[in-house]
Amino acid sequence: MPRATCVTTFGEVDAPVATPPRAEQTAPDLRDLYERMLRIRQFEAKVDVLYRQGRVRGPAHLGLGQEAIAVGVAAALRSGDFSLGTYRGHAHALARGASEEAVLRELLGRVGGICGGKGGSMHITSVEHGYYGSYAIVGGHIPTAVGMAWASRIRRDGGVTACFFGDGTTNIGAFHEAVNLAAVWSLPVVFVCENNLYMEYTPIGDVIPVERPAADRASAYGLAPLVVDGNDVAAVREMALAAVDRARRGDGPSLVEAVTYRLGGHSVADGGAYRHPDEVAAARTRDPLVRLATEMAQSGEMGVDESDALVTRVKGEMDALAARVLEEPTPDAAGAWTGMWSDGSAAWRN
Amino acid sequence: MAQLTFREAVAAALDQEMARDETVVLLGEDVGSGGVFKTTAGLKERFGPDRVWDTPISEQAIAGAAMGAATAGLRPVAEIMFSDFYATCWDQVANEIAKACYMTGGQLRMPLVIRGTNGGGLGFGAQHSQSVENWAMCVPGIKIVSPSTPDDMWGLLAAAIRDPEPVLVFEHKALFGTKAERPAGDHHLVPLGEAALRRRGDDVTLIGLARTVGMCEQAATALAEDGIAADVIDLRCLVPLDAATVLASARRTGRVVIVEENPGQLGWGAAVAAILAEEAFHDLRAPVVRVSGGNVPLPVATAMEAAVMPSAEKVAAAARGLTEGRIPAATPA
Ligand SMILES: Cc1ncc(C[n+]2csc(CCOP(=O)(O)OP(=O)(O)O)c2C)c(N)n1
Ligand SMILES: [Mg+2]
Repeated sequence: MPRATCVTTFGEVDAPVATPPRAEQTAPDLRDLYERMLRIRQFEAKVDVLYRQGRVRGPAHLGLGQEAIAVGVAAALRSGDFSLGTYRGHAHALARGASEEAVLRELLGRVGGICGGKGGSMHITSVEHGYYGSYAIVGGHIPTAVGMAWASRIRRDGGVTACFFGDGTTNIGAFHEAVNLAAVWSLPVVFVCENNLYMEYTPIGDVIPVERPAADRASAYGLAPLVVDGNDVAAVREMALAAVDRARRGDGPSLVEAVTYRLGGHSVADGGAYRHPDEVAAARTRDPLVRLATEMAQSGEMGVDESDALVTRVKGEMDALAARVLEEPTPDAAGAWTGMWSDGSAAWRN
Repeated sequence: MAQLTFREAVAAALDQEMARDETVVLLGEDVGSGGVFKTTAGLKERFGPDRVWDTPISEQAIAGAAMGAATAGLRPVAEIMFSDFYATCWDQVANEIAKACYMTGGQLRMPLVIRGTNGGGLGFGAQHSQSVENWAMCVPGIKIVSPSTPDDMWGLLAAAIRDPEPVLVFEHKALFGTKAERPAGDHHLVPLGEAALRRRGDDVTLIGLARTVGMCEQAATALAEDGIAADVIDLRCLVPLDAATVLASARRTGRVVIVEENPGQLGWGAAVAAILAEEAFHDLRAPVVRVSGGNVPLPVATAMEAAVMPSAEKVAAAARGLTEGRIPAATPA
């Protein structure tokens, strides 16, 4: 059985990992995956700065350090597949192809925001790209994801739904109801638990009676305990391809636990003081971007000069994007009274 | 003339819409075997297992799956066996379904229906008897339907299924056995958001919903014997609310009794009363009065349950008081 080494709050864990039947897999285009992760990283790094300047409306929950999961899973999906994420969802929207400009407009409260100024950071949605929303009630979207997969099953259209959530979310009832239903109905859904070792400020180990928040619960639903190193984009992609393939074949859901680490605070407002600096420093050495860049430099696929130049270029693009969007107009108040109903209206009475 | 029960009207509406539109699918506990109130009887046999899905006891998963299926383009009809159980999936209803269209700038659409049995009077106790339409009315973004007749049960449920928005349909469980003439033809539709004037009279307006409409009609009959003529308005929907019909009647009669089964401390009647106060103040000849459910959990013993429920007698007494210039203490403390 393959094994994955993951660093957790309990120290290094070398876990046996069940792997679903292998899908037909083509070799990953590592440069492409790297660039996708890098764009998300630089986008969010810019958001962090903009927040500190007081320019972002409301909170923002960044996925710095968790990009490999969003990008690796998105690389396993087809256009037409569905994905759903959480308030920590910028990466998931962007990884499916959502417009950086429209997302940034939403965060900065500008005309043309991806949710028209009514969603903000926690509700980024890009249906056009198959990203069916970011949800801010912990676990509230997991039953929705199951319903989308149910629709695919009824239509027999081969569609697959991917649903992202955190380790802390495995303690809420909606998670258990939804995974159970998906398993009972054998629905084409891939549940991806991003185990970043913390639920807000609390180490996950303090609030679960098992070692692994998702994998150790899987057997209750007749599912295999799948664990993947969530900082290894190629490994995530490979695991996701297998799970997506299983779903597409009609063999039912998978529950994947991707172990990672949140390099920043829970939200931009959180300094993360509850974490030992050594722990964060150690995590930085496993940064998925650093890791892939090092790997590609060693294999000769992308030299250090080239990856440095890429970082400089993308960072420049994000700076320019932010400067441009900050110059744009803000929506006026009238919009608040529209769009509650699908015809654009909002009246509850005559 | 052929008769139709309220219970059969539910199945008739579902049958009609499932036959018309293959994206209409049902899910809920025991729906395949007809449900505990036998409102889905025969549908699985007719439409097969791909259209009628029995679920685990997982209200969050039921409501959430309905949301997901609607998001993906189906028209799911979910059943919550007793509307009291909405409390277990209120996140899905109030935070997810109601807000999805608005907060995504119109990217998500929720053409779904959730049906639930509602209301008391049958001695089912505090956790299986509540009228909870007022819970839903606190949440912008969902439509609320609660029929009073078999005819409307059929037509409004059919319209709810065709509606592009999320609609909660509250089926009063004390009405399931009621009968009326079966609507002509086999296609039936009653538009949402139009109140029905069940009876016409110029002295007082009685406003009801679901089971309280019958109470208003009975009260109107009793009042007529005393020479008091009452308008009886069946709201049919709380959202969209046909305020125009309510206001027109109140302006004509100048006296209004609102009859609601949910607790008066914050029932839908308070919203209707506020509209009347703000928009018909100068036409009112007496204060607006509410006959509401009691502000206690629902007890079981017959006399106790009756004491905390609205009734035709309470409605008639309130209306008489208004016409005599008294302000009755209609709602129990
Ligand atoms: C039902 C609910 N309870 C509490 C919260 C507040 N809250 C927001 S995020 C969070 C922690 C979630 O942790 P996890 O699932 O591990 O996800 P992560 O933030 O680490 O990505 C909490 C408690 C919420 N949004 N919803
Ligand atoms: Mg976490």
